[in-house]
Amino acid sequence: MLRYVVRRLLLTIPLLVGISLISFFVMNMAPGGPIGAAADMNPKATAEVRERLKAYYGLDQPLHVQYGRWLRRMATLDFGPSFSPDGRQVADKIRERIPVTLAINLLSMGIILLVAIPIGIYSAVRKDSWFDRISTVTVFTGFAIPTFWLALLLMMLFGVKLGWLPISGLVSLEHDSLSLAGKAWDRAQHLLLPVLLAGFGGLAGFSRYMRSNMLEVIRQDYIATAKAKGLTERLVVFRHAVRNALLPVITILGLSVPDLLGGSVIFETIFAIPGMGQLFYQGVMSRDYPLIMGILVIGSFLTLIGNLLADVGYALADPRIRTG
Amino acid sequence: MASSGRSMLADLLRRLARNRLAAAGGAAVLFFFFVSAFPQAFSSHDPNRIDVRNVLQPPSASHPLGTDELGRDVLARMAYGARISLKVGFVAVGIATAIGLLVGLFSGFYGGLADAVLMRFVDIMLCFPTFFLILSVIAFLEPSIYNIMIVIGVTGWMGVSRLVRAETLSLKERDFVAAARAQGAGDARIIFRHILPNTLAPVLVAATLGVAGAILTESALSFLGIGVQPPTPSWGNILTAGKDNIEFAWWLSVYPGLAILFTVLGYNLLGEGIRDAVDPRLRGR
Amino acid sequence: MRRLPAAVLVAMLTFGTIGLAAGCSGEKKEGAAKETAAMRVAPAYGDAIVFGSNGDVSGFLTAVTSDAASHDAASYVFNGLVRYDKNVKLEGELAESWEVASDGKKITFRLRKGVKWHDGTPFTSDDVMFTYRKIIDPKTPTAYAEDFKQVRRASNPDPHTFVVEYEKPFAPALASWGMSILPKHLLEKYEDISKSPLNKEHPIGTGPYKFVEWKPGARVVFEANPDYFEGKPYIQRVITRIIPDQATMFLELKSGGVDSMNLTPVQYTRQAETEEFRKSYNKYRYTAFNYTYLGFRLSHPFFADRKVRRAIAHAINKKELVEGVLFGLGREAIGPYKPGTWVYNPDVPAFPYDPARARALLAEAGWKQGADGTLENGGKKFRFTVLTNAGNESRAKTAAILQQHLSAVGIAMEIRTVEWAAFINEFIDKRKFDAVILGWNVTPDPDQYDIWSSRKTGPKELNFVGFSNTEVDRLLEEGRRTFDLEKRRKAYFRIQEILAEELPYVFLYVPDSLPAVHNRFHGIEPAPIGISYNFIRWFVPNERQKYTSFQK
Repeated sequence: MLRYVVRRLLLTIPLLVGISLISFFVMNMAPGGPIGAAADMNPKATAEVRERLKAYYGLDQPLHVQYGRWLRRMATLDFGPSFSPDGRQVADKIRERIPVTLAINLLSMGIILLVAIPIGIYSAVRKDSWFDRISTVTVFTGFAIPTFWLALLLMMLFGVKLGWLPISGLVSLEHDSLSLAGKAWDRAQHLLLPVLLAGFGGLAGFSRYMRSNMLEVIRQDYIATAKAKGLTERLVVFRHAVRNALLPVITILGLSVPDLLGGSVIFETIFAIPGMGQLFYQGVMSRDYPLIMGILVIGSFLTLIGNLLADVGYALADPRIRTG
Repeated sequence: MASSGRSMLADLLRRLARNRLAAAGGAAVLFFFFVSAFPQAFSSHDPNRIDVRNVLQPPSASHPLGTDELGRDVLARMAYGARISLKVGFVAVGIATAIGLLVGLFSGFYGGLADAVLMRFVDIMLCFPTFFLILSVIAFLEPSIYNIMIVIGVTGWMGVSRLVRAETLSLKERDFVAAARAQGAGDARIIFRHILPNTLAPVLVAATLGVAGAILTESALSFLGIGVQPPTPSWGNILTAGKDNIEFAWWLSVYPGLAILFTVLGYNLLGEGIRDAVDPRLRGR
Repeated sequence: MRRLPAAVLVAMLTFGTIGLAAGCSGEKKEGAAKETAAMRVAPAYGDAIVFGSNGDVSGFLTAVTSDAASHDAASYVFNGLVRYDKNVKLEGELAESWEVASDGKKITFRLRKGVKWHDGTPFTSDDVMFTYRKIIDPKTPTAYAEDFKQVRRASNPDPHTFVVEYEKPFAPALASWGMSILPKHLLEKYEDISKSPLNKEHPIGTGPYKFVEWKPGARVVFEANPDYFEGKPYIQRVITRIIPDQATMFLELKSGGVDSMNLTPVQYTRQAETEEFRKSYNKYRYTAFNYTYLGFRLSHPFFADRKVRRAIAHAINKKELVEGVLFGLGREAIGPYKPGTWVYNPDVPAFPYDPARARALLAEAGWKQGADGTLENGGKKFRFTVLTNAGNESRAKTAAILQQHLSAVGIAMEIRTVEWAAFINEFIDKRKFDAVILGWNVTPDPDQYDIWSSRKTGPKELNFVGFSNTEVDRLLEEGRRTFDLEKRRKAYFRIQEILAEELPYVFLYVPDSLPAVHNRFHGIEPAPIGISYNFIRWFVPNERQKYTSFQK
């Protein structure tokens, strides 16, 4: 097992190199190169800004030298100054924002687990029942529904018409003057809709997966054997089937990272939450290339970690690899 | 055993028809095809005709789905928008499938170094959150319909390639391949004449589901303002106006969202139906 | 939405962020009934006001920032020597009074005594001198140096006197001294002030509010300065929440998360009309200090011909633009000045909506109807692309409507929206455009040298359409070299006539500013300059105060 993990970790290195290559390629796609649009609104500063950036990126150097510099900068997470008027370091801006995005994504993973697992198990156990059918339809709808649309509808319903939940931001204005419990509740209220929505998409996939996994496991002989031995259905289900079906949980969660990150762009923009997704959207809209590249690379690091965890989880679940 | 194409298709259709959900999905798919092919049948209005006196009108006899922020008929825009959304979906998936097939066939058939390199490449591509990658590339280029189709396609082939590779790996050991070799068939012939047709079933499933995904992605991009640019109508960009006017122009939010939902649902159900229909285990063969 | 220091209104390319406070005669206020009764209520200290802003602050020193959000924020913390009063006339701020010498080349400012920086240090003429030196310093990345480079000599003979001499009389000079004055003792050690903590973290000024916090991407918070030289402001705290999405901001307004924001025409007419809304909010409306135009690249083969430009002017139905884009909340524009101001010339040659005349002119210019409906001339179709910046709904709508108008006379106009930064680069640098739909802020001072002078057609300069007219050049000089209002007026009137004849732009419309404010705030009196000129006198009566947890 340990050997597998180590081998898997070593595999990450060529992947990192690959990420740097592809991101370098993407960067140079911009007409005019990485500083193609290095312009303030302010024509006067433009000439100086261009010269500074040219030197910074070493654009007068041959391509492979540029790549070398990019590789080094990527390794130190130094993405340079943002093109936006405030000119702060991209790494700083990302660092400020990432905790919020991670928090929302982790919370939504939690929701997915809490809700999808029971649904999946119950659907499998009571296959073709009303519950199964309804949940299948709901799940499929969940797959098909544009999440940004759902976000708008829910925001309208809960935020405006019913007024139960705040509609934007992370905290209310009086947050600082609230008690500790008050603060926690305040944050929870603001996060409720985004987390639910972020989890919603993953919910569909995950409950489906749980269902088919459970079906697989139930079909297997040893379950029939256990049943024949006279164990109650509930015991059979819980002890054997569920445990085996649950093992790939980490895998699924790990693999859901890229989708959650993608979703965060939409949710954070709609709910005005100052996370990495909203920053990314603003960067894209303002063609803030260093910021875009920075977040793209960080996003791929996170996905990489997610994939790593997924593989490790898979290894844990699969006895063949565990002992190998 | 490479069965004849026609009987496979008939078989498939029969199974699909029996599966009620899949049939419903198929019906939705056909319906939207029809809409995109004959938008004039759904509305006599010009989708681009601006009428500033009739801005943001609720559904009425002359405008069954209401008007948008420039007084344009929403039904007409949605009908023409169907064309755009489907076009993007199909071309994007076409590109993704083509790339995925080529990579998967090549990788699976030749194995060795080529396989290792290609699969590593797939792994690397899969490290990028797809939506981020799409947004980045479009930021660097420009939001035009063609760029969107290409970008969605070029970021979505990885799944297909793995699928095709797996199929190719198992197929290339089969008797009919050996037989073809014995007859002197070259690699290309074997790959394209014998192996490819047999990978089509799972590829078809992936493609169908892929269209659903591409439509969702395109609508998300258009909604965010970096997809199809107005005044060209797209379900996603009608929703942008819906968001801006959400409080009182509910028709701008509801209908395009429903359209996306049903189209995507249709393709998903159809795709799942095809999957069930071609699954050897369920077939009981 | 606050009172803007004069210099801030220097011609900036607007990217159409919903208007800043500026007003004109004909201002209206809705829901005014309660106001008069409330006038008799005694002012009280306390409460907070929450503004909604589309954009985040990028820095607090106006010299080195150019976006509206940053300038808004800075206006709470800093003062200039002068500012515009409610009637758009210059009055003293940090300067108690000033004298312009008879030859127009020297201005002597007498500065207020007893003004302190927020850290307690006294304000003196050294600070003004320092500000001047910094602005013309090449190391300072500022867009506003031009006006100050006209100064031949500056001196401060005593701590409360500042004298500035110009090579030639420079009428906009006075207005330029509305620039935020910087604290010498805090900034002198920075070569590049844009890098100092005053810009990036914690501004210290002389203004009515002190800085409390800036959470990037979330909010900026200020609190009242009890020692402000005009008296402590009534409202204890000013909080600007950054909500990039206009629709979300409106929802926040309705639910009370925001007290004041600028409404879009749609919001004003459709959403702010309900009983519910009027119960808690007042809406205001006045002509904004900006206009939108269609600009032609004058070197483009199609547009070089004046007949073509005039034909296009005839093809455009401006009334429909005002109706469709502004919902009627604005007016047609015929020139680069704000209607109702002393410099605005209402009697310029007009090219009213007349598609038949448009076609006739185009035919004279050699454009005949082609087979597919598009005009043709010698095998070339009349097809061009108009550029506008992305993310601006008004401009997108304007483009779509213009497209329809032009296609009715056989011109095929394609629309391309380009994101702002790329946009500037694309056309300021490379002149790669056929036509643009853009807007300008209109400064209270009528000098628009940078936009119309033939000397300003270089790369990255603001006369990017390439307009060159010797008479206009001469008049621009005349206008800026005299302090005599009548002489200036005559010059600018003639300039407007020429612009109307030559049509380097088709001036499209002047929108209204449409702020909404929660009605617990008293003291708002609309005036030609807008509503925020007396912001420090706004207050909330004790019994209506909402945010009471802040220290008073």
